[in-house]
Amino acid sequence: MTFSPGTFTPAPGRGQLGRMLATQVVLETKLALRQGEQVLLTLIIPLALLVGLTLLRVVPLPEPRATSALGTVLALAIMSTAFTSQAISLGFDRRYGVLRRLAATAVPRWLIVCGRLGGMAAVVLVQVVVLAVVAIALGWRPGAGSPGWVCLLIVLGTAAFGAVGVLLGGTLRAELTLAVANVVWFVLLFAGGVLVPAAALPGPLATVVQLLPSGALAEGLRTALAGGTPSLGHVVVLLVWTLVAGGVATRTVRWS
Amino acid sequence: MSGSAGALEVRDLVVRYQGRPAVDGLDLDLAPGQVLALLGPNGAGKTTTVEVCEGLRTRDAGQVRVLGTDPAGAPDALRARIGVMPQGGGAYPGVRVREMVGLVATCSANPLDPDWLVETLGLAACARKPYKRLSVGQQQRLALACAVVGRPELVFLDEPTASLDPQGRRLVWDLVRALRADGVAVLLTTHLMQEAETLADHIVIIDHGRSVAEGSPDTLTAAGADRELRFRAAAGMDLRLLADALPEGCTVSEPSAGSYLVEGSIDPQVLSTVTSWCARQGVLADDLRVARRSLEDVFLELTGRELRS
Repeated sequence: MTFSPGTFTPAPGRGQLGRMLATQVVLETKLALRQGEQVLLTLIIPLALLVGLTLLRVVPLPEPRATSALGTVLALAIMSTAFTSQAISLGFDRRYGVLRRLAATAVPRWLIVCGRLGGMAAVVLVQVVVLAVVAIALGWRPGAGSPGWVCLLIVLGTAAFGAVGVLLGGTLRAELTLAVANVVWFVLLFAGGVLVPAAALPGPLATVVQLLPSGALAEGLRTALAGGTPSLGHVVVLLVWTLVAGGVATRTVRWS
Repeated sequence: MSGSAGALEVRDLVVRYQGRPAVDGLDLDLAPGQVLALLGPNGAGKTTTVEVCEGLRTRDAGQVRVLGTDPAGAPDALRARIGVMPQGGGAYPGVRVREMVGLVATCSANPLDPDWLVETLGLAACARKPYKRLSVGQQQRLALACAVVGRPELVFLDEPTASLDPQGRRLVWDLVRALRADGVAVLLTTHLMQEAETLADHIVIIDHGRSVAEGSPDTLTAAGADRELRFRAAAGMDLRLLADALPEGCTVSEPSAGSYLVEGSIDPQVLSTVTSWCARQGVLADDLRVARRSLEDVFLELTGRELRS
């Protein structure tokens, strides 16, 4: 192989920050939506549950069922993306050395973090749109809810679960992260106030569930979608989880 | 190869792992348009040294200047000027080859054309394959692409050919030569003697984190008992007369039956002494050749053990 002279003549310099960020967000989003296991977790299962909960009367839900079911699956979808999927991909990205790779380019480190969070936010947005469209088809009427609260809860829920997910995936070995993230997802789905409302759980568990991000987010979303105002407690719970997990994460997360 | 214009200047570098020194007082110099090879067995401290220079690892003592800047903390402005090929890994498991090169290209102001680079490095056929399904050799060529795509002034290549087939190795060598010709400084680590000998302007052999020898490939292989003369003849010849005729410092032996070895400073006089002695004995010296020590001989002599690869 011969290279014409001047091919590699140095011309260093940092690319445009906006373009770097956009490229990374788009790539992270594509990676998340391309991976079968992740899509199963973030879209297929929530969609199946949305349809199932609305049409099959197995779990007791307040009427209209499409509205209550939407609150449940939105909470599940956010938990799947921001926590489970995020933790697992971060664990394996660290294993594969991609963070170190990027940290050795001209990209500022804050941009790597923002690119990652941006990808997560984009996936959540896709989930919200897809689930909302299907919910409308199932009889959900968007006009009846409190859109401001719903949006706020989605943002806070993503932040709280994202912080815990980053903490998990950024500190444990990839295989351990995979196991823990999936088990926690499963437990929270059934006993964390997502699928079964706190009120339907036995006494002490119901109290604990209210303090979990899963319970706070799901309860809050069901209330807000029905037109109510979520309790301040739910908002505080999500904020506290974000701050505590985020704070610990900034000190303990390792890049490789 | 020193002074303010140096691409890389390392003085007395010390890095410890849990109290034990991984790098122990290393000095390095690299000028633009030059190739410096860190040659050493596995665990010698090569990767640690490179990671300190890249700003990915902190040092315990010593001065390091990369393009005139201290790499500690990996300042943004410095990272924009260097290219890094880590030893293994360095991509999202699910990312496609072309996507990864494209991502790293956007980090730079004037990158090479990613499509051209992918094609040139023989990755066109797997451009849409996810990283985790690539062969190790393909992963390595992708890492190389990512190291040079930003048109850096200084490139760090950590064992760039460790898992490549001979064709792939040849390609990387051609690329390193092209980088050098275009004025890029290259620091490469390797445990392949031939690679260091072929590519480097300057070689530092390290073991246990210290430099055990350094110099150009020529000076390294010429140093010490630098030459030997071998020939084949009838087995069991009486060597006493020849030994007496040879100049001071030259020895002759018969390591295996019919195979003779003269060690020492081999000059034309020695050659003529050997051939005339053979003529007097009435034998024909067959397969007579003067051999220089290979870098491998130097290396094994210095590190005193088998390659740990």
